[in-house]
Amino acid sequence: MHWELELVLYVFLVIAALVSLYVKDLLTAVVSLSVFSYVLAMLFVSMGAIDVGFTEAVVGAGVTGVLFVVMIYKTSRRSND
Amino acid sequence: MKKSSDSPIILLLSRVISPYIMLFGLYVIFHGHYSPGGGFQGGTMLAASILLIRIAMEEKVYEMQFKKSFDIPLGALGVLIFFGVGLIAMLLGGNFLDHHFLPIDWLAPADVRFMGILFVEVGVGLAVMTILVAIYDNLLEDDDA
Amino acid sequence: MKTINYLSLVAVGLLLIYASLGLPYRGDSDALVNQDTSLIGTPVASSYYIQNAYKDANTPNIVTAILCDYRGFDTLGEEVVIFTAGIVCFLLLNRERKIEKKQR
Repeated sequence: MHWELELVLYVFLVIAALVSLYVKDLLTAVVSLSVFSYVLAMLFVSMGAIDVGFTEAVVGAGVTGVLFVVMIYKTSRRSND
Repeated sequence: MKKSSDSPIILLLSRVISPYIMLFGLYVIFHGHYSPGGGFQGGTMLAASILLIRIAMEEKVYEMQFKKSFDIPLGALGVLIFFGVGLIAMLLGGNFLDHHFLPIDWLAPADVRFMGILFVEVGVGLAVMTILVAIYDNLLEDDDA
Repeated sequence: MKTINYLSLVAVGLLLIYASLGLPYRGDSDALVNQDTSLIGTPVASSYYIQNAYKDANTPNIVTAILCDYRGFDTLGEEVVIFTAGIVCFLLLNRERKIEKKQR
């Protein structure tokens, strides 16, 4: 169907995943992980699985980000490896 | 967090946005029969609206909104609502979680199952909301900087 | 060693892409899961749900009807898992704090 749009979304998905893997600043990694979840939710919706996409957007981009931010606040912000 | 945020923008925006997120979460739970969504998604949105206040305000304010000591008991209540709906159906002669057998006599059989799905979704939403808030509260226990 | 890692990664990726060529297209009505009977002649659950979900539960959204009515036991297990996660978080973090307070 809209394969051009899906190709753009896949490219953003891979970029967000690589950024969250390789970046040193953990807060940037959390934000990038939220972007990953949101792009993944849009891909789910474009595949017709609206409920799965809704869950992914709410949980992955919302609450998981909050919990990760709390853990960064309690520990350190820089990654060591 | 324990201390309130310094920025007036964050304080004002969190106060303004949080009730609308909560309203949309309730809509998602109770409109789950007709549109995408359901107990899990709506409960997570309710938790997000509570966590927004918990991040922005100080402890005295968010204890007024949703008490820290309520979250585990209310989560247990949500699981018990789900389990109780199944158990009532089983005690009245059906299988476990068979919503046909709920004691709502004045409705058509299809509508009895409709109401059973509604009870189940309310239970799921309550449990998910309170458990997510409980995880946040326990992560941010009193050895704060 | 690094080249072997990358080569094996590329090989597994190509294998997955090759395997995905055999999948049916999205929403294909000729796919096996959307048939009325399976290959050995038994009825398929998904066509029953699609035909009877509105009649049985008066619920236009089939996903809700399946999650909370037909497969309610599955959702109950999911909720118990979430509740267990919250309880474990509560017990572990509170116990640590009490031990620290005793030692001081």
